[in-house]
Amino acid sequence: MGIYLSFNKFTTVSNAEWVGLDNYKRAFNNGDFLNALWFTALFTAVSVVTVNVFAFLIAMALTRAIRGRNIFRTIFFMPNLIGGIVLGYIWNLIINGVLSYFGVDISFKASYGFWGLVLLTNWQLIGYMMVIYIAGIQNIPRDLSEAAEIDGATSGQILRHVTIPMVMPSVTICTFLTLTNSFKLFDQNLALTAGAPGRKTAMLALDIYNTFYGRAGWQGVGQAKAVIFFIIVALIAFAQLKITGSREVES
Amino acid sequence: MGGKKRVADVVLFIVMIILAAVFLFPVLIVVMNSFKSKFSIMGSPFSLPNSDTFVGIENYVSGITTAGIGGAFLRSLFITVFSVGVIVLFTSMTAWYLVRVKNRFTKTLYGIFLFSMIVPFQMVMYTMTYVVTAIKFNNPVGIIFVYLGFGAGLSVFMLSGFIKGIPLELEEAAEIDGCNPVQIFFGIVLPILKPTAITVAILNAMWIWNDYLLPYLILGTGNKTLPVAIQIAMQGAYGAVNWGGFMAMLVLAILPIIVFYLFCQRYIIEGVIAGAVKG
Repeated sequence: MGIYLSFNKFTTVSNAEWVGLDNYKRAFNNGDFLNALWFTALFTAVSVVTVNVFAFLIAMALTRAIRGRNIFRTIFFMPNLIGGIVLGYIWNLIINGVLSYFGVDISFKASYGFWGLVLLTNWQLIGYMMVIYIAGIQNIPRDLSEAAEIDGATSGQILRHVTIPMVMPSVTICTFLTLTNSFKLFDQNLALTAGAPGRKTAMLALDIYNTFYGRAGWQGVGQAKAVIFFIIVALIAFAQLKITGSREVES
Repeated sequence: MGGKKRVADVVLFIVMIILAAVFLFPVLIVVMNSFKSKFSIMGSPFSLPNSDTFVGIENYVSGITTAGIGGAFLRSLFITVFSVGVIVLFTSMTAWYLVRVKNRFTKTLYGIFLFSMIVPFQMVMYTMTYVVTAIKFNNPVGIIFVYLGFGAGLSVFMLSGFIKGIPLELEEAAEIDGCNPVQIFFGIVLPILKPTAITVAILNAMWIWNDYLLPYLILGTGNKTLPVAIQIAMQGAYGAVNWGGFMAMLVLAILPIIVFYLFCQRYIIEGVIAGAVKG
């Protein structure tokens, strides 16, 4: 029904009129949508890299015999349980508090909103990914790294040739989890910047929402955008299925 | 070698303490500000409350009385608890049926459940809201069944993965002893399913409690849940936000999750790992 309606012009579901590809043309000629597409892609790329690198490093540290490591794990994981709206406002307060020393706020420049969202996403997702990486690292048989140590491998070599290859399944899982989570981000985006300044920091999900509920007569375009969004998400999911599937065959 | 390792561990320990402080900092800021007067929050969120700005629990009182936080809290609790209950009960039955009865219908149905996992909310947002309103499910009881729909995909997937591992002999033995399917399900399958059912319950509870858009679209502002109430308190009064009450609301939204987390930490983390690896 959603796909069908994307080819129609409608205000309510019952008075739809067939307009062919018109909604898709309008969606791709819509500056807000293109901006959201670009913003989301860039944001997703940056988040995937930063979240996974930090989470892996913390997981490495916390699988060593450090005092209080369980308490550290508890603390790092906690932000993941807080809801997106609440998270957004917490960071809104903090970022605006810092920026107020410079006499501006988060809606001053789009790049502030961008890095604010990256910061927030890192804070939220690092603990989650850390837990998965820890599980992956702990699944590596002890004798593997011990054997390497006896053979005279340095800790850097062990990391490169034993640990990282062995946690690759976790890397795949975490990469895709961050990918879909960042790509579909909505609540955090709404609460932190709400797209300000203008609609420069609105991500795809927020832009679709704005098109549906913010502009009368644009519901068809909103649905067309939603279909495009769905296709991208489905492609990501399909890629993940392919990659994990092929790896299972290998092992 | 041993000494070098110890030094490295001490350095790591200090780095971890700093990181932990960074991670706790945002939450502590909110808690601290919830005790400050509403005029001293926006301007200087990082200053500690002093004798001028400390207002005790005034913010909590105003947050609860003016923003209807108490009602929103109970509504969120009601919706989360019953949605999770309904999801676990129905999806475990569905998963059992789908695994044990093999025909074209169950295969198609299983495929549909898997497919529903990748459909983003925005895709069905508009039509779904319309349908839900048309069939008068736009109330705190009706939304439970909407959540059943959204939660079913992952839940059926995880539960049926587990049921495949249960030996069929157990159920056959019970059948020979004269149990009907209902007795088999509640007497044998459900108890074995318990660990996975807990995982499914926790995963669903976490997102339903924090969900904003679905209750906002369906229940609107009349029957607001906690996330909706927070968003409205912020957007509804642009320029004249009661920051004190708002901070108190944030604390009240975070507190139950943290308490729940500290008590069920093991289950939550195990659940997250299981959900991630399978999802």
